[in-house]
Amino acid sequence: MAEKRATHWTALVLIVLVVAYAGILLIAPITAIVQQAFVDGIQPMLDSITAPDAREALRLTAIIALATAAINTVMGILVAWVLVRYRFPGRCFIDGLVDLPFVMSPVIVGYVVIVLFGREGWFAGLSIAFTPRAMLLVTVFVSLPFVVREVMPVLRAMPPEQEEAAYTLGASRLLTFRRIILPTIRPAVIYGLVLTLARALGEFGAAAVAGGGVQGYTENATIYIFRSIHDRNDTGAYSMAILLGVISVAVLLSMNILKQVQSRRSQ
Amino acid sequence: MQNAARLEQEAVNAPRPQLDLSGWGLRGTAIVYLLVMIALPVFVVFSSGLQAGLSGFWDNVSHPHAVSALRVTLVTAAIMTVINVVMGTLTAYVLVTYRFPGKNVLDALIDLPFAIPTLVTGIMLVLLYGPQTALAGFLQDRFDVRVLYARPGIVLALLFICYPFVIRAVQPVLVQLDERQPEAAYTLGASGWYTFRRIVFPAIRPAMLSGGMLGFARALGEFGAIVIVAGNIPLRTQTAPVYIYGKVEAGNMPAASAVSVVLLGVALIVTLGVDWMQRSRQHG
Repeated sequence: MAEKRATHWTALVLIVLVVAYAGILLIAPITAIVQQAFVDGIQPMLDSITAPDAREALRLTAIIALATAAINTVMGILVAWVLVRYRFPGRCFIDGLVDLPFVMSPVIVGYVVIVLFGREGWFAGLSIAFTPRAMLLVTVFVSLPFVVREVMPVLRAMPPEQEEAAYTLGASRLLTFRRIILPTIRPAVIYGLVLTLARALGEFGAAAVAGGGVQGYTENATIYIFRSIHDRNDTGAYSMAILLGVISVAVLLSMNILKQVQSRRSQ
Repeated sequence: MQNAARLEQEAVNAPRPQLDLSGWGLRGTAIVYLLVMIALPVFVVFSSGLQAGLSGFWDNVSHPHAVSALRVTLVTAAIMTVINVVMGTLTAYVLVTYRFPGKNVLDALIDLPFAIPTLVTGIMLVLLYGPQTALAGFLQDRFDVRVLYARPGIVLALLFICYPFVIRAVQPVLVQLDERQPEAAYTLGASGWYTFRRIVFPAIRPAMLSGGMLGFARALGEFGAIVIVAGNIPLRTQTAPVYIYGKVEAGNMPAASAVSVVLLGVALIVTLGVDWMQRSRQHG
């Protein structure tokens, strides 16, 4: 539909309604947290973020987010490629499974880890529950669909002839992937990767249940915020929340810039 | 030349993938990975939830606190979905149809809730509506409305988190809508509202529905924001995910598993329904 300049009074009412809704719902809470950053000045916040327990929590969050991004990128590309290029019995079922992590409550994800690997779990001997490995496992799970869902449509739109021609000319699978497939799907992979990172940085419920939230061992940045609220350490909670918020916004901005660069390239 | 001849020879000698063993290996890896990572957790939820038999499951689900937690979750998610579908559709319509100052800012803001950790969303709402704030006092005195540690707070948190769902579903459909149809309707003397109802609405209805339902399914499982804003009061503001969290922490696995079965079951039915709807539209 073509854009119209708002002249009619109903148009004005609609615009005011939409902007006011976004203002109350999104902008007011964001303003509240930004304002909080300047209430006591920056120094107390810097102090609490650089305290040992906060640094430890941030380090765990960063390690798990990066590991999650690596695993989900490699496995995501593989899963997307198999789902697009091959026909096999049960493909529709497998395809439908991919979206499931988006609607499974993080708390249930954590609960499953306890049932599988907890003290009386099915695989109790593996000692995974209440360790950082359990947190990595649940974070990989909750962000599994992003790369798959970004890459699949691109692969589907890419005709298989190029790949087949490369095979016919004797190129190995790896060479074909590197030279033919990867350049085409790269923007989608990066986009999925950024979404994965954002989701992994903010994971709370599943990581708290599966990891147990032991301070200095399985406490990530979000669990640190949660504990700080309970300990009435408001400065700690707010400064970590602001830091995570700023990182998320930076991630989003980089995503938007990526999109613009891509659309400019394709023009 | 020599080089080219050598390459040619190598290409001829290269093994032809007759049996395509590596293809099967990759396929097998991907399928096993998805079955272990995703199908197994679902199986675990249902099998452990029904381990004690149907009567054991029923005893745990029919506990007053469990019933109330499920009801709070379903009711707040449903209220959120109605508001989200109406306001999300309106936002998408305004963004596609009109030009106005600040439009680009609004368009860029829409995906923000996808990036912000939901626990941080909860903190933001506490800072805005917390007991000491002027806004909370004003709402309490003037309208006798309590936001924080009450159901309006839950709905607000869910609205924030699910803000992009309907907008991002409806927007592309509106952009692709043939602009001649509404224009023809105007030309023939139809009012704006009549045109919307008869031409625009039928075109965007499936997107409204699927965006709304996916947001609903997402809202059912929300934990991080709600555990901060709802205050976890049993029978009043305790939602199903918060109830499950409490039971797992207390080591009461049968109670946690029974409510998990219901929560995951509803989310699965909703997403399968959306999937089926989209498939049948594509084929029909």
